[in-house]
Formats: sequence, C-alpha cells, structure tokens
Amino acid sequence: MTEAAAGDTLLAVEGISLQFGGVTALSDVSFDIKRGEIRAIIGPNGAGKTSMLNVINGFYHPQRGAIRFRGRDFSRMHPGFAARNGIARTFQNVALFRGMTTLDNLMTGRALKMHRGFLWQLLRYGPAMDEEIVHRRVVEDIIDFLEIEAIRRVPVGRLPYGLQKRVELGRALAMEPELLLLDEPMTGMNLEEKEDMCRFILEVNVQFGTTIALIEHDMGVVMDLSNRVVVLDYGRKIADDVPAAVKQDAAVIAAYLGVAA
Amino acid sequence: MHFLYLALIDPFVQMGQAPDLLAQTLWEGLVSGVLYALIALGFVLIYKASGVFNFAQGIMVVFAALTLVGLYAAGIPALLALAATIAVMFVLAVAVERLVLRPLVNRPDIVLFMATFGLTYFLIGTGELIFGGETKQMIATQLYLPSGAYDLPILGGHVMLQKLDIAAAVIASVMVGGLAFVFQYTRIGRAFRAVADSHRAALAVGISLNQIWVIVWFAAGIVALATGIMWGARSEVSFSLEVVALKALPVLILGGFTSIPGAIVGGVIVGLSEKLFELYWGPLIGGGTESWFAYVVALIVLLFRPYGLFGEVIIERI
Repeated sequence: MTEAAAGDTLLAVEGISLQFGGVTALSDVSFDIKRGEIRAIIGPNGAGKTSMLNVINGFYHPQRGAIRFRGRDFSRMHPGFAARNGIARTFQNVALFRGMTTLDNLMTGRALKMHRGFLWQLLRYGPAMDEEIVHRRVVEDIIDFLEIEAIRRVPVGRLPYGLQKRVELGRALAMEPELLLLDEPMTGMNLEEKEDMCRFILEVNVQFGTTIALIEHDMGVVMDLSNRVVVLDYGRKIADDVPAAVKQDAAVIAAYLGVAA
Repeated sequence: MHFLYLALIDPFVQMGQAPDLLAQTLWEGLVSGVLYALIALGFVLIYKASGVFNFAQGIMVVFAALTLVGLYAAGIPALLALAATIAVMFVLAVAVERLVLRPLVNRPDIVLFMATFGLTYFLIGTGELIFGGETKQMIATQLYLPSGAYDLPILGGHVMLQKLDIAAAVIASVMVGGLAFVFQYTRIGRAFRAVADSHRAALAVGISLNQIWVIVWFAAGIVALATGIMWGARSEVSFSLEVVALKALPVLILGGFTSIPGAIVGGVIVGLSEKLFELYWGPLIGGGTESWFAYVVALIVLLFRPYGLFGEVIIERI
C-alpha cells in the first residue's frame, strides 16, 4: 500500500443491500474508502458495481445498510446532498449536456458554488460578474489541465467519444470534489486515450489530493492505478485487498474465469 | 400563362402600387407574428426542460385569461386580480410538478405527452365549472392597456396602428427577449439547459429537477397569461382561444422545437407570410388561406430542414 492510502476513512458503506423487486443487486456489501486513495471496484458484468456507485451518490436507495460519509451516518444519500458535499461522478455511458459547449458543461459543474442573486446575474454586473469571472478562471484551469482548449466552444454532442469522456471528467472536477466516482472512465477508448486518461486520474489524485473510486474492466489499468481493490460478484463482496493480492485470490480468479463445479 | 402572371408578377405590382397597404399588412403580420412567438415560447420552455410537448399550453392560455376575467367579475380590482392570477399559475405549476411530473419521472416521453392531454381536459372542465363556458370580454382598459389607433399618413395613404397592437408587440417582445436572455446567461438558465440535455447528469452536479420544473411551468404559465390577455383583448375570451395556440405548431416546426430564437423567428415568419399570402395570393384560390397557409410553410421547411431552421441537429452515432 502506498503512502497516499494512509489517510483516515472518508466514506464507508456498511452492510448495503439493494433489491429491485425480486432481483438482488447488492447483498450485505461493506467496504471503506480512505482519504486520498484510489479505490477500484471490479467484478464481472452484472456484479453490482454501478449499483454501488449509484447508492453512494444517492441515485439508488438501499433497503438495508448505512453509508458513513465524513464521519456521519446516512441510511440513504440524496443526489443533491451528495453534490453539495463534495461527491462528483461520471457515468458509464457518458451523461453530458450535449447541446452545450465544453465550456458551459464545465460551468454547470460550478452551479452549486455560485450564489449571487438572480437579478445581479441578469444585469451581468457587479458582484455577479466578479463571481462569474472567478468561476470561469477555475474552469479554464481545468480545461488547461485536461488539454481540451481546442474544443472549448464546441457543442459536446459533436465530439468523439474519448473526448466526451474527458469533458465529463472535467465537469466532475469543476465541482472541486472531495470524492470522485468514475464509472468505467476508459471504456471505448484506444490505447493512447487510455494512457491519457490514466495520467489525468493519477494527476488529479496527486495534485489535488482528490479521493477517487473507480470502476474499470481493464485489469492492467486497475492494477497500475489503484491502491486497493474491492471485488464484487453477483452483488456480494468476494475480495478486498491491494492489487497484487487480489490478482492471486482464488475466489476472484474463479469469478472471472469460471470454476468447474 | 395568365395564371402565372397573376401568381408571380401581379402581386408585386400591387405591392408597388399601394405601398401603404403593404406597410399595413406587414405591420399586422408582425404583431400576430410576435404573439405567435410568445405562444411558441411557452411550448419551447416546457419541451426543453421536461422533454415533452405540452399539449395543455393552449388551454393554459384560456385558463389564465378566464381566471383573470373571472376574478375581476367577482369584484376584485383589476391589478389585484392580475396578481392573483399569477399566483394561480404558480400553484398550477407546483401542482403539475407534484402530481404529474414527479410520479412520471423516467417514464417514456409518450407517457408524459398523454399526461398533458389529461391536464388539458382537467383544465377545460375546471375552467367551465368555475367560470362558465360563455364568451367574455378581456378587461383591457382596466389593466391600462391603450385603445384607439394612430393614423399615419405615409406612403401616399394611411397606415393604421392600433395602440393595443403596439402594446402587445412591445410586451411580447420584452417577454420573449427577457426569457431568452435569462435562459442564455444566468445560472438558472444554465441549469435549465442542463436539465433539458440530461436529467441524470443534472442530478449528479446537484441541480434540483423539481425546482427547475416548477420554474419552467410557472414561466410557461406567465407566458400563457400574457398571451391570453393580448389575444383576449384583440378578440374575446373563450375556449376557442385554444385553437390560436395550435398556430404555435407550424411556428415550432419552422423554428425547431428546442430553440428559443427559433420560436421568435418562426413566429414572425409565420405571421408575416400568412398575412401577405392572404392579401395578395388569397384571391387567386378563393381566399381563407390564413387558417392553413402556416402549415404549408411548415411542411416545406420540414422537407428541407427536418430539425427546423434553428433546431438542434441530433446526430446519432451508430
């Protein structure tokens, strides 16, 4: 385990069970995410990884279990509350504001941090203008950081998939999150784009100290990036350890490769 | 040959011979165009925020006008009745959000669309029950709307500008411009466009869908009220006003369902073209073109630009 993972617990899920009608998506899953670490969540298709992220940021409400965030217990999260309290996320199949430009997409990420009155904004004058400028500066820094200057004014619906994923990361970063949830940030990317994305994730983690929880199928990426790995299979946790140990784990190998009955 | 002359050349000769009549027609076209734009804006707002074509927008115009007139008839002073009607539109927006939108969130668009039909019949029934179905007069003078006309002796003739039309054009322009500005340049506007694009992503950045929906339906209610007052003052307040709102359909097809500038330009194009066609080309085919010409224009635009003049072009990557 690296020094980055040595922080205290930022978020922990305890005994989470989630059912949709008769289908059990998660059963009794517990793990923690320490401040400053990169935590990977892996597992075969349908293991409940995305459901887990949806529970953490409040899209799904689990039937049982608790979420401990910054030392407070919640039986369920609410998306608005999660966003206000520093949980940002990206989606498996990109959820961007397609009609808006890259710049406006990132500015939306600042929405919760802008407080000046509606009338001031309407006048585009005085404190509201100053506020807009401050936030614009943050957003421009993120644009520089992600190397997407060239597509600043392009409506994101027109961008290729790899760039859309990068813009989505940018919008999440614009929220200056404490905890960043990334749902398969590298699906559908070529090798070069994957390497770029890896670099950005690592830099976000190191430079801004952002805690990251990510779901990823590319094992090479997971092993390189993460400090600790949770493995889910059929909604249950089957392993939770450092990457090197998880790779050797018999249950994990069985889940991925199947096992003779 | 003679028909071609009548269709292609004669109208322009007429325009040249009587420029005052042309100016009068253009003015009237412009006024109704701006009012069409206002109605269309009500549709665009809701279409963008909830992804649903609000069939009830037309009846909202009637309902707002009826409420205003009805409250005045019940003895409430005109300006107070106006304020009370605005309050009623707000209550309606909250009720729609609570009782219709929220239970149907994440359902297919067609379900929401059908729900707006339900809302239409609910508002027709409620309106008739409370205020009665008979035709009423809009309380134009009590709301300090001007009456009478300016008579401009220009272009070798007379051009009559109804003061009410001037007021309607100014108020509608201010509302359209104001709403367009709000939605383009403020935080609420950005949140609104975000909701329009993706409910899921909007939730993830902490935008409250419920709040945005109430704001948008309220804005559409205000737009409906303004339309009801203006149109009611030009003719009368009755349930047939709902049909006027359907004129917004060709406007929307022309301008694109998702575009506020499109609603404005589309409204003006429809207003101007139907008035000009009625006057100069109408006699050729027996007149009465005003009721259908807008749909022909929309059809032609559809052939060449299926997303409308300003609509968002949807590119599906497959």
